[in-house]
Amino acid sequence: MFYQKKSNIALYSAVFLPLLINCTSCIADTYPLSIGEKSINLLGKSQQAILANGTLPAPTLHWHEGELVTLQVTNHLKEHTSLHWHGIILPYQMDGVPGISFDGIAPGETFTYQFKVQQHGTYWYHGHSGMQEQMGLYGALIIDPPHEHNPVERDYVILLSDWPEADPHRTMARLKKQSDYYNFQKRTLFDVVRDIRQLGFANTMADRLAWGEMRMDPTDLADVTGANYRFLVNGHTPEMDWTALFSAGDKVRLRFINASAMTHFDIRIPGLKMRVTAADGQAVKPVEVDEFRIAVAETYDVLVEPQSDQAYSIFAEAMDRSGYASATLTPRSGLKAAIPALRPLTLLTLNEMGAMHGTHGAHDSADNTGTAPEQHSVDHAEHNPAMADNPHAAHLHQMPMADIESYPTLSYHQLSAAEPNTDWAPPDREITLRLTGNMKRYIWSFDDIKYADAEPIKVRYGEHIRFHYVNETMMNHPIHLHGLWQYLDNGKGPSNPKKHVINVKPGETVTVDVFADAEGEWAFHCHLLYHMDTGMFRKFVVEKTGRQP
Amino acid sequence: MISLARLMLFLLTINVAVAQDDPMLFNHFKAERLEYEGNGKLHLFKWEVQNWVGNDEHKLWLKTEGDYSADQDIFGRADLQLLYSHNISTFWDFQIGARRAFEPERTFDGVIGFQGLAPYFIEVDSALFITDNGNFLSRLSLSRDLLLTQRLILQPRLEVNAAARDIQNRGIKAGITEFETGVRLRYELEREFAPYLGFDYVEEESLREHQHSLRFVLGVRVWY
Repeated sequence: MFYQKKSNIALYSAVFLPLLINCTSCIADTYPLSIGEKSINLLGKSQQAILANGTLPAPTLHWHEGELVTLQVTNHLKEHTSLHWHGIILPYQMDGVPGISFDGIAPGETFTYQFKVQQHGTYWYHGHSGMQEQMGLYGALIIDPPHEHNPVERDYVILLSDWPEADPHRTMARLKKQSDYYNFQKRTLFDVVRDIRQLGFANTMADRLAWGEMRMDPTDLADVTGANYRFLVNGHTPEMDWTALFSAGDKVRLRFINASAMTHFDIRIPGLKMRVTAADGQAVKPVEVDEFRIAVAETYDVLVEPQSDQAYSIFAEAMDRSGYASATLTPRSGLKAAIPALRPLTLLTLNEMGAMHGTHGAHDSADNTGTAPEQHSVDHAEHNPAMADNPHAAHLHQMPMADIESYPTLSYHQLSAAEPNTDWAPPDREITLRLTGNMKRYIWSFDDIKYADAEPIKVRYGEHIRFHYVNETMMNHPIHLHGLWQYLDNGKGPSNPKKHVINVKPGETVTVDVFADAEGEWAFHCHLLYHMDTGMFRKFVVEKTGRQP
Repeated sequence: MISLARLMLFLLTINVAVAQDDPMLFNHFKAERLEYEGNGKLHLFKWEVQNWVGNDEHKLWLKTEGDYSADQDIFGRADLQLLYSHNISTFWDFQIGARRAFEPERTFDGVIGFQGLAPYFIEVDSALFITDNGNFLSRLSLSRDLLLTQRLILQPRLEVNAAARDIQNRGIKAGITEFETGVRLRYELEREFAPYLGFDYVEEESLREHQHSLRFVLGVRVWY
């Protein structure tokens, strides 16, 4: 097929277009990308994928800060397509969201994206049409800084994704008809017996009644699980074992990108401390961790310095422990490390659910949620030494090693921007945005209103908005705002880190500051694909003063 | 009867036509019970099938249930409901429409009801039938899934039919006309396909007779 012949992106990116700009030191490359259908075999059967340049993942694009990039995206599908440059600051017409920034790319047509790159770091790009992202339309986007301050010997992209067994439209239909379709970790009658033995009859019954009253399930950590997904590293299943080489003593940068549709991962490399140096492409004050969670659509850069001549497993467990992605970091190809066993899932607690009910005030079960947490002290987390879900646990283990703080697990509390934001100003307006949903009917929304029924959020150009995201659901929601940074208020003041995705945990309230410094119409949504598609989405309009109605 | 069949056909064709244009319109077929039910004395084939077409808020909902006696080649009870169903709260739908009962007697009834999930995960399907001669009949069915394993599921179930007044010509006696409770143990080979076995205790009360019996059940639960 036509697009397969164009798979060598490097060849085309060598094309130089100096005529477009009158600056000899600038680089301006053209990148042709061709989107088409291709059958691939990852699960022992042939499946249709939607790929850019015929590869899974799509080719890694290397840009330079200051470069004027031209992306010629040709659609060889029978339906409209699009590519969105995730986390990139650009004119809104180049953002690639059909129905908001442009009309999409019709079958047979080529759309030319062109913009000047104003940032550096690790980002990604993906389809923003229907279920195309879930079907393989995603790739890494690496932007070099003008001057590299932290040179490394090895630099690898670790792009995580969830490859589905079922057609994504079918999965959506299944969730609408039976929302727990893919949960095969529910609590059984035998768990009741076990809990009665461990916690006593009264406590166990109180716990089951509290969950029953809410009609919710503490094992509901992921809507689509390993029952439907194989988890991939750079398009490789654990059996295919994607491998990165190093020599002992090398400084290795691993650029983690979570290109999954629905899966948060907990990442560790047993035997190595990971030094987190960037989050969502933005440099942070380095922190050392044994493990970190990457929400859907986030990126983290970590440095590792393996000193011994042994192989390491890069191990990414799905948050609900229904499967894992893994790769190998090794001094010699063929030398492999042991793959760790999956840990048990960490149940949701009634504590987390308490916040939901607080906001609904009159709900009958308020008493239950208030008293029940103790009953849950034997939740699976206690058997999990890493306590992946508990950010507060981390503080207990702080070690004064050198001047880099070290933690068992990374949490948002530890992210601190490397460069403080000097333009910080008090907010002009505060907006409380409730993250809402109906798990049973599989309807997701903001403020209980689906995108189809909602008015856009309108702000003035230059306005500083403080958002309070109040998660009233039992799911994590990675909130993504296109075109504008979200400054996470984690108590670091001017060093609050800026991110393109803010993960809001069940029952949690997170405050972010948004400086409306980019005019236009932007998408604003939960980055879980099936949440976005069922309505957890808004148009976010930044208008110059005077044009506001 | 023919007009109802035409209407069903019409609804099915609409769904096929629209589903491709709007992915947020779904069709859900569910045969909760397709089963043989019997003991030494009686042998019945029973069904309880529902099908809805619609979006999050609005659905057209068909329900049919009944039984057929192979020995006697007669339908003991069979009806078809056509309902408009509206999502009124997180867990509940309000339903309104019409019922055509075929056996034991052909009647048209108006229907209103609520269907949804009650606290403690109890599936509820309730209906009030307003008969053409002004009587009120009602039906309530409750069930709950209890997991033995992720695929082996025990389902206790209860169904009560009641009448407000006697209906002489239909033999219906005021009060509870039919009480059915039982347990089904199903194994979900797929989520959509689960053979089961179990038992039902059935009590029927009419102007003519009072019956109660214990029955063995073997069937399959299918949906898509």
